[in-house]
Amino acid sequence: MAERSGEHRADVLVSCLHDRAPELIPALEEEVKRRGLEGEVKVVEAGCRGFCAMGPVLLIKPDDIFYVGVQPADVPELVEETLVKGRVVDRLTYREPTTHACIVHCEDIPFYSKQVRIVLRHCGLVNPQSIEDYIAAGGYQALAKVLAEMTPEEVIEVVKKSGLRGRGGAGFSTGRKWEAGRKAEGEPKYMLVNGDEGDPNCFMDRALMEADPHSILEGMIIGAYAVGAHEGYFYIPFEHTLSVKSVRNAIEQAQEYGLLGEDILGSGFDFDVKLRLGAHSFVGGESTALMHAVEGKASEPRPKHIHTTEAGVWDKPSCLNNVKTLNIVPEIITRGADWYASIGTETSKGTQVFSLAGKVNNVGLAEVPMGITVRELVFDVGGGIPNGHEFKALQIGGPSGGFLPVDLLDMPMDYETLAEAGSMMGTGGVIIADDRTCVIDTARYFLGFLQRQSCGKCAPCREGVKRMHEILTRITEGEGEMADLDVLKALGEAVKATSLCGLGKSAPNPVLSTLRYFRDEYVAHIRDGKCPAGVCKALITYQINADNCTGCGLCLRKCPQEAISGEKKEPHVIDQEKCIKCGVCFDVCRFDAVDVV
Amino acid sequence: MPKLKSLEELQKLRQQLQGDFKARTETSTTITVGMGTCGIAAGARETMHAILAELEARSIDAHVTTVGCIGMCSKEPLVDIQQGDEPRITYGNITSDLVPRLIEEHLIQGNVVEEWVVGRVAG
Repeated sequence: MAERSGEHRADVLVSCLHDRAPELIPALEEEVKRRGLEGEVKVVEAGCRGFCAMGPVLLIKPDDIFYVGVQPADVPELVEETLVKGRVVDRLTYREPTTHACIVHCEDIPFYSKQVRIVLRHCGLVNPQSIEDYIAAGGYQALAKVLAEMTPEEVIEVVKKSGLRGRGGAGFSTGRKWEAGRKAEGEPKYMLVNGDEGDPNCFMDRALMEADPHSILEGMIIGAYAVGAHEGYFYIPFEHTLSVKSVRNAIEQAQEYGLLGEDILGSGFDFDVKLRLGAHSFVGGESTALMHAVEGKASEPRPKHIHTTEAGVWDKPSCLNNVKTLNIVPEIITRGADWYASIGTETSKGTQVFSLAGKVNNVGLAEVPMGITVRELVFDVGGGIPNGHEFKALQIGGPSGGFLPVDLLDMPMDYETLAEAGSMMGTGGVIIADDRTCVIDTARYFLGFLQRQSCGKCAPCREGVKRMHEILTRITEGEGEMADLDVLKALGEAVKATSLCGLGKSAPNPVLSTLRYFRDEYVAHIRDGKCPAGVCKALITYQINADNCTGCGLCLRKCPQEAISGEKKEPHVIDQEKCIKCGVCFDVCRFDAVDVV
Repeated sequence: MPKLKSLEELQKLRQQLQGDFKARTETSTTITVGMGTCGIAAGARETMHAILAELEARSIDAHVTTVGCIGMCSKEPLVDIQQGDEPRITYGNITSDLVPRLIEEHLIQGNVVEEWVVGRVAG
């Protein structure tokens, strides 16, 4: 057992370091020691608090003082003022972006105040490397309750009643999956965890594995008990080094405490977990591809005429769940199915963890009730669009999700509504586009990604996605034809209908949704030869507006091509022959004198 | 490390570990120690250590926090105790040797130690 530090008065929880200040924790520990606060104050490296844009962040308990962007140089003042004298250091607190008022407590920050943290309940609060912290926070109590008081059927019933749906993207009822797993014939049965998060810009699964691995393990053991599995695999791409370290350590600790292994807590139930590392790929998180990888084969999907719950790993009944799904289970057991079912919408229960990226102020992870509107997510939790730009679209569901336009700002976000709108919940990856983002260029980027990630086994995905990518590339280069739009639509629908696995079935979403909501942008690109967002290089030119130009010379100095000329205090001009359209002049100009035409 | 053999062993372990985690859990009792220069000079640090030791010895669930000088420097070390919605009681001249009696009477028996009280703020 880890050495106990005994009674102390304050915890300093450090989160969202992300390599930005590796010296911060040693500096804090050093200063605490120097001031003779050892044994009084404990410094804890806690997992991600989701507010990555503001990291490193510090939460000081029990006073709940929240500091953002803390650097090692701030440590002496912070320790002196807050930990010795109990005063708040104003300059380290979060500032409200418009009024610049100091916000001392994190629950008062708009980013946190709309959140309901169930999945992320321990993130930033417990030390992920310490099973003792997890147990002290109430961990493994749900497992104890399940083993002591409940039959597997009762567990399945509770999970079914809670309305929990798989958080890996498809949104299938977890209780029904477990029920199918329980009923499946054949021995041995396997319980698997999917830790292969493939969407670019998404990091909730990784953050969870890093910040709270024990909750996933606890849910996994409960799941294994429910389906009747005695062996399990935790699958993580080896590239997620911190997740691997964190989960490996958690498995070892659970084994040492006898929470994994034979006769868990004297119940007679045996279950053990092996860590399986694979190479990261987008399709690798698909259930059958993942099971192939667990077997040691290439990670390619197979047709699912027979469900994996009946014949999965080595053709044995296998139950695969996403890390977030399993992490929620102990909380449902502890607090009851009715409690969970009371959060969210009619069909989508509970909360969803969104990873916010793109043109939004608060890049990070936010957990909100299902059914939150796009507007609340972008403007309240996300803090709006940076640099005074306009919101244009929200792309949700990972690379194969769809774009939602401004008109849908008040749409509630749940599985069904999103699917109707031509997008999907996916794992909750959200990318926000502003008026300077070209949706066609972004769709082209995603299709390129999906084409590279396609395993190539089935023709619709291998060929269809490639063709769509080629057409989009042509359009962004100014070589599109109006007939392309019909081809794109037909091709997209065919790929969607005929692909083997979820990758191909959803890959056309970015194209089909932009065709549906942003058709005028396609027309502008093809017929008018213009990119309204000013992104597609073949369709734009940068010009200096002589009326606004003060001749300050900033763009002239910054231009990498030396394409700008002009006398001081006289309007400058851009030599279009030399210009590579990098946009530096546009970005640096302080007088709005550079136009994109 | 011994393996956990039963539910009871898990509960026992949890109880043992909770002390370490106390600052991060909710509690209705907060003990505030004045830790300005005046407080420290008068021995507030020793007082606080004594409080922490006493809380641990008696397994009392309470948060201990520090504040700066509130202006009543002659009465330092000042210790405030607030329980739930009860009035916040301020005690003066609480040197470390007085801590066991303070904790015993106020937190265990629930009686305010009137002779040491220097102030009260409604809860």
